[in-house]
Amino acid sequence: MGEQGTMEIERLYPLPNPDSQPYWDGLRDRRLMLQQCADCGSIRHYPRPVCDQCYSMEVHWIEASRRGTVHSWSVSHHAFHPSFKADLPTTFVTVDLEENVRLVGILRDPEVTLSIGTALQVGFEDAADGAFSIPVLFAA
Amino acid sequence: MSDGLFEKGAITGIGETAYTRGSGKSDTALQMEASLKAIADAGLSPKDIDGVVPYASGSTVAEDFITNLGLPDLRYSATTPLGGASCVAGIQAAVSAVATGLANHVLIPIGRNGYSGSRIGNRVQQMPQFRTIGEYEMPLGTLAPAQLYSHMARRHMELYGTKSEHFAKIAMNGRKHAAMNDNALRQAPMSLDDHQTSRMIADPLRLFDCCLESDGGAAVIVSASERAKDMVRKPAYIMGVAEGHPDSPSAITQRPDITTLGTAKAAPRAFGMAGITHSDIDVAEIYDCFTYIVLCQLEDLGFCKKGEGGDFVSSTSFGFDGDLPLNTHGGLLSQAHIVGMNHVVELVKQLRGDAGAAQVKGARIGLVTGYGDMGDGTVAIMRS
Repeated sequence: MGEQGTMEIERLYPLPNPDSQPYWDGLRDRRLMLQQCADCGSIRHYPRPVCDQCYSMEVHWIEASRRGTVHSWSVSHHAFHPSFKADLPTTFVTVDLEENVRLVGILRDPEVTLSIGTALQVGFEDAADGAFSIPVLFAA
Repeated sequence: MSDGLFEKGAITGIGETAYTRGSGKSDTALQMEASLKAIADAGLSPKDIDGVVPYASGSTVAEDFITNLGLPDLRYSATTPLGGASCVAGIQAAVSAVATGLANHVLIPIGRNGYSGSRIGNRVQQMPQFRTIGEYEMPLGTLAPAQLYSHMARRHMELYGTKSEHFAKIAMNGRKHAAMNDNALRQAPMSLDDHQTSRMIADPLRLFDCCLESDGGAAVIVSASERAKDMVRKPAYIMGVAEGHPDSPSAITQRPDITTLGTAKAAPRAFGMAGITHSDIDVAEIYDCFTYIVLCQLEDLGFCKKGEGGDFVSSTSFGFDGDLPLNTHGGLLSQAHIVGMNHVVELVKQLRGDAGAAQVKGARIGLVTGYGDMGDGTVAIMRS
């Protein structure tokens, strides 16, 4: 797992499609947007075309609370692509949102001690020279 | 439970190339070399091969085997795109084909330059089955399996008190067996201290919790059982085989229970088909891309309950002469990463009584698993 062979591709950018464009547009506008089934009301993430509860393909978007708790986490000490090396070590947290879906964000609050259930809130950060925005996490 | 594919097929030939870091050969050449060895081991000619299951995430298609091996009449081909679970899923496909008479002898080849060619940090991003995490997680910098799987391991540790020392025991076991294997890449002894001081990759996973990246090829032949009994090698009859996919298969983080793998769905089917219990298993070759994944599979296979994997690992001896001989070839952690086909080959050697220094005495029934693509699990149970 050295550096050899990791330079052949560019940094991976999101490739939004009609199912996911509102999510990425939302992050850029500093709003966390989630899909809600227009028929049964189930909220789902990651964005996709069909509600797995009632099979409806009708959807609308809601703005999420941005409040959640820690489900799990991982601290990367090795960058598997050189564009992430400057950010090491990086703490990636899986968060249970109040809306009962999960989100992965980078912890940007060094004061937080992580354990399951720790309350966090979602913030926003521009990535890759402003090409897109990502969710980041702070103490609630 | 349905007998399903119970003993409808058997593994009749095995082949492996040298496992290296720098093969100097093409992926296709590695696959053909392993295939020719497996065909010869089975006492067959390439002309007898009428089915092939190429590796879905690899560089070849069925047509390459027709072209290179001069197969006169390939009647059956399929792919099983389950990442590291593909080889055992390939066995399921092959047994289905020989059980129904679609084919008589199915070749399952694997081979790649996993070290000197495209390595894991690159490869994952290019796989279509990772489109979901490719859009939502990888752009944040969490893109390699070590990073993605460490969320599972961390939650298991937090919920159940599982320790890095439990992971270490699995790594040390693989190394001990690799040291007894002439075709293994890592043979220097590993102590608990070596494991605990190996550099952190994705906390809680250290370097010695992670599999190797390797060059090499391996292949097996699955034949119809009624033909196998007259062939040159002692057949490894396939008693049970199954695949399972977890909920939210493509995104670990959206899975209701991130500490349970597809293996938990596959295992009862495989054991039910085989008609045996866990105490009948003489040897287990369990897919070990990461130490934690072995511990989790021990639970999901039913060797212990969910959450008890740490205690089970502590109290069980895994050596070739132990309570539950585990990864007697060294596994992906210390032999080589041949996508788990090396596990299949090792189980067949054990059941033939041909496993060398790490032979499990009297091994009659064994189990092999595959695991991959973020949570898919496959299980095969075989007997001599």
